[in-house]
Amino acid sequence: MTRAIKGWTREQMAMRTAMDIPDGSYVNLGIGIPELVAKFVPEGREFIYHTENGLLGMGPEAEAGQEDSELINAGKKAVTALPGASYFHHGDSFTMIRGGHIDVCVLGAMQVSQYGDLANWSTGAPDAIPAVGGAMDLVAGVKTIFVISQHVTRGGISKLVEACSYPLTGKNVVTRLYTDLAVIDITPEGFRIRELAPGISFEEVCAKTDAPLRPLKEN
Amino acid sequence: MIDKRVENVAAAVADIADGATIMIGGFGEAGSPTALIHALIDQGAKDLTVINNNTGNGEVGLAALIASGQVAKMICSYPRSSHSKVFPELYRAGKIALEIVPQGTLAERIRAGGAGIPAFYTATTVHTPLAEGKEIRSLEGRDYVLEYALKADYALIKCETADRLGNLTYNKTARNFNPIMCTAARITIVQARKMVGVGDIDPENVITPNVFVDRVVNVADPVIESHLVAEGICYP
Repeated sequence: MTRAIKGWTREQMAMRTAMDIPDGSYVNLGIGIPELVAKFVPEGREFIYHTENGLLGMGPEAEAGQEDSELINAGKKAVTALPGASYFHHGDSFTMIRGGHIDVCVLGAMQVSQYGDLANWSTGAPDAIPAVGGAMDLVAGVKTIFVISQHVTRGGISKLVEACSYPLTGKNVVTRLYTDLAVIDITPEGFRIRELAPGISFEEVCAKTDAPLRPLKEN
Repeated sequence: MIDKRVENVAAAVADIADGATIMIGGFGEAGSPTALIHALIDQGAKDLTVINNNTGNGEVGLAALIASGQVAKMICSYPRSSHSKVFPELYRAGKIALEIVPQGTLAERIRAGGAGIPAFYTATTVHTPLAEGKEIRSLEGRDYVLEYALKADYALIKCETADRLGNLTYNKTARNFNPIMCTAARITIVQARKMVGVGDIDPENVITPNVFVDRVVNVADPVIESHLVAEGICYP
């Protein structure tokens, strides 16, 4: 007997996100699951990847033995540069971000509120060492912010909340969420289901969401 | 004749005094002027304020400078590293101060410092704890936070190619903070992998024009920090 398919894997979440990125977009991918999006560019589309440490036209990770310690991404992994790429300094790199020149940014999350507040840099614990990197600049400057994240923490606690308890990265910044259970839009009225993952019911997503959730919009 | 070349890294950093503010180029190990940092450890200046995106790797380069107790304060965006415990331990022990600055705001504060702009408004950090206590102003219908320029006494820079005048080129993503830091320090000290003759760098390809550079020292075969870390090497 085969086990019924339930929910999306990390790769499927990344693939589903890539489907929503328009052809020709300039895209910045955060560290972790967001990096997987680059593997699933839909056929017929071309995205140009920006990494904030100074490369536009970033290619896949470098193959073993081909790593160059001076060609890395924002996660400090060895990467490659595609034909047509360019290198630039941090002032120019954040001119691209803050100036609204990057179309889409995909980030991870610790918490997302129903109105699109994002917390992804600190738990605010007294012994935590704050480390923000470029996340606050990205959410302030990039128009479309997609979040890819497991729906609940390893401890089973919803990452989707009425109001973030962790320190904010940005307020009202998230456009859409891609979790292992559903694709969820942030609307002026709060969370609204856009698509359910295979084998997942609306009631199940509601039970795992610590905020009001609206069903798929009826046409 | 203008000749900014200095004989060795020790001579290049000899006059850095206690209490100096120093910008150090690099993003992680890429573009880190590790030879100059090690010379600064040998030189021993204390109570330094260091501006860098991170806090170093293992116990080499910037992490070694911090471990040596020479740094009183770090100004950076991301002080965590999977390969270094130096900063977290000193920070938790209350032995080093930290000013956390978003990466783009850090870059723009440095750029502004070099460009003679004392302050600017940015949307970054608005409605977050990092904006607390700062002036907020509504412009074009959106809230912005006031941020001040950063300047330094010295900048330590790594480049790929230099000439005796101080024209510089960089290598790939090792460029990062280096060109903007060159503009924002009173004295900019550069370690160059390769020295070339004046005129050998096509003017179209000069990334840092020589007006921003004060000293250049040739470090032909620079150490790679991740290799040192993998070998378990600690500096000194």
